[in-house]
Amino acid sequence: MTATNVVATVAAETGAPSAGRLSGLRAAFRSPRLLAGTTIVGFFVLLGIVGPFLAGNPNALSHTELAGPSLRHWLGTTQIGQDVFAQLVVSTRASLAIGFGAGLLATLISIVVGISGGYAGGLLDEALSLVSNVVLVIPTLPLIIVIIADLRSNGLGPLIVVIALTSWAASARVLRAQTLSVRNREYILAARAAGERAWRIVFVEILPNELPIIVSNFIFAVIFAILTQAALAFIGLGDPTLLTWGNMLNIAYNDEALSIGAWWWFIPPGLCIALLGMGLALINFSLDELLNPRLRVYRQRRPAGARASAQGSLRESVRESAR
Amino acid sequence: MRYVARKLGFYLVAAWVALTINFLLPQLIPGNPVEALIGRMSQSGTVPPGEAKVLTALLGLGTGNIAQKYWQYLDGLAHLRLGLSIANFPTPVAVEISESIYWTLILVGTATVLSFVLGIALGALAGWKRGSRLDSIIPATTLLTAMPYFWLALIMLYVFASNVWHVLPQGQGYDTNSDMTPGWNLAFLASAVQHAILPALTIVLSSVGGWLLGMRNMMVSTLSDDYVVAAEAKGLPQRRIMIGYAARNAVLPSVSGFAISLGFVVSGAIAMEYVFSYPGLGEKLVLAVNNNDYPLMQGIFLVITFAVLGANLLVDLMHGFIDPRTRLSR
Repeated sequence: MTATNVVATVAAETGAPSAGRLSGLRAAFRSPRLLAGTTIVGFFVLLGIVGPFLAGNPNALSHTELAGPSLRHWLGTTQIGQDVFAQLVVSTRASLAIGFGAGLLATLISIVVGISGGYAGGLLDEALSLVSNVVLVIPTLPLIIVIIADLRSNGLGPLIVVIALTSWAASARVLRAQTLSVRNREYILAARAAGERAWRIVFVEILPNELPIIVSNFIFAVIFAILTQAALAFIGLGDPTLLTWGNMLNIAYNDEALSIGAWWWFIPPGLCIALLGMGLALINFSLDELLNPRLRVYRQRRPAGARASAQGSLRESVRESAR
Repeated sequence: MRYVARKLGFYLVAAWVALTINFLLPQLIPGNPVEALIGRMSQSGTVPPGEAKVLTALLGLGTGNIAQKYWQYLDGLAHLRLGLSIANFPTPVAVEISESIYWTLILVGTATVLSFVLGIALGALAGWKRGSRLDSIIPATTLLTAMPYFWLALIMLYVFASNVWHVLPQGQGYDTNSDMTPGWNLAFLASAVQHAILPALTIVLSSVGGWLLGMRNMMVSTLSDDYVVAAEAKGLPQRRIMIGYAARNAVLPSVSGFAISLGFVVSGAIAMEYVFSYPGLGEKLVLAVNNNDYPLMQGIFLVITFAVLGANLLVDLMHGFIDPRTRLSR
């Protein structure tokens, strides 16, 4: 009996047929939150890919300095006459690259540390959880600031590595807990009894089961990386030659955009960060509802899953009788 | 008590790791930082003898092998030899830090507790009435949470302290132009409170969403637990079920989350303080970084880290007190 068969059998026995999961997925995609989230994130990803080709030179100087939004300059111009809209569009690429790069690396580290610790147990697990917990309690941004300042290098690569190295711990802890609860289930025991190798059990049996959590952790890591990079660039620790949203905010703040009243200069970059963050958070939010059916909001008139509505009506009848 | 000993041991290890990171990081600085630092100091005044030695030990660049360097570094820290600040020569780093730490502690501390209480209360209500109008503000709070702290601070500054509607002061911790003396007098305290409104509002607005969401979701989960259904079946008053049964149990994860989030709040406050030129540790850190003031930078990193570790320890011990189950399980 192969491991896949065991999984299928166990799944059938525990009443979790794959059809149910599929319909859940379809239901989730009907949720306006997921739709809004994927639309926003998709828009920014597209903008990051094609934007720089369309926007024109972000550093080209025009003769109108500090002009408000107009047909010529959709989002006005900066102190020295650069087009804010072009800068905004070009900044998208580097901001996204750092966010997704650091998010991916942090997620990889958390998978290695969390799953191997949780699966192996014993001394390795003790050591890895100690490391995760310590990294978790040391405040991240001050640490990153000191590292970047000491390194005197703020290029794309070092920045991604530093952000990833300081932000994997929370996900590793979640994955370890999940692995601990999964490792003694029947299908894992069956796979072990069938003589599967450890790496195969981890990659084929455990990892796919934790994929939803990993995706959710990844999204959080991307949000965190984008916010961290923006903060670093804002306080002057960014690469000044690299156009990012944080860098734009830094220049706007230092060139007195606030006291001049040039709102078109400092509002859009922050709004982009906030919108992208919100899009990612909305995706996570709906993923959460998908994984944890208790969080779903069941409305009376809308037909929901049989079990769910039964639970809901039970609750309602209890409420009624309580009144 | 075993639980307390275990927690104390963990935070000792964490503190040791922070100390060691702080020892290793300056090795990354290219060139000879001590020489450069002394050079810049001598431009702004006479450098006291022995300063070079203090700096060398502090930056982990002492003489001998790595163990001897480490010993010199620890010895220097144990005697609180933190060196002199370069940005503000010749003020000792220890003085710089103790001048600004109260500002941050009071501002960030108050705002964080306020945000936590507000978020938990609203989250409990939103979870209790899920699907209601209150519950539908949740997506809006995710926007607030995704906002960079410092950008929200910029907008606050723009709206309430400059062109649009100038009702609050622009920055600083108190009115530095008038001749008031910092201390326990009414004029200073009133000015300090007035200057703290915008920074505090920024922290509360950008962190309340996280608490709200976490509490709301835990509340919804708890509401379908048997003991809540049983309480309803018994006909207990709704208020009592909501607060005494559901919220009381739903708040536990938030309390342990509170400890971890302290570090993030401190992180968020760094760029925020910079926007408001608030005289706290965060602004000092940014200043130190932009001036390549390594002694001040390392000192502030250690102080922030130790403060966060201490607060974490406190919350952990409190959590063990609130929820006896954590004490029993290892």
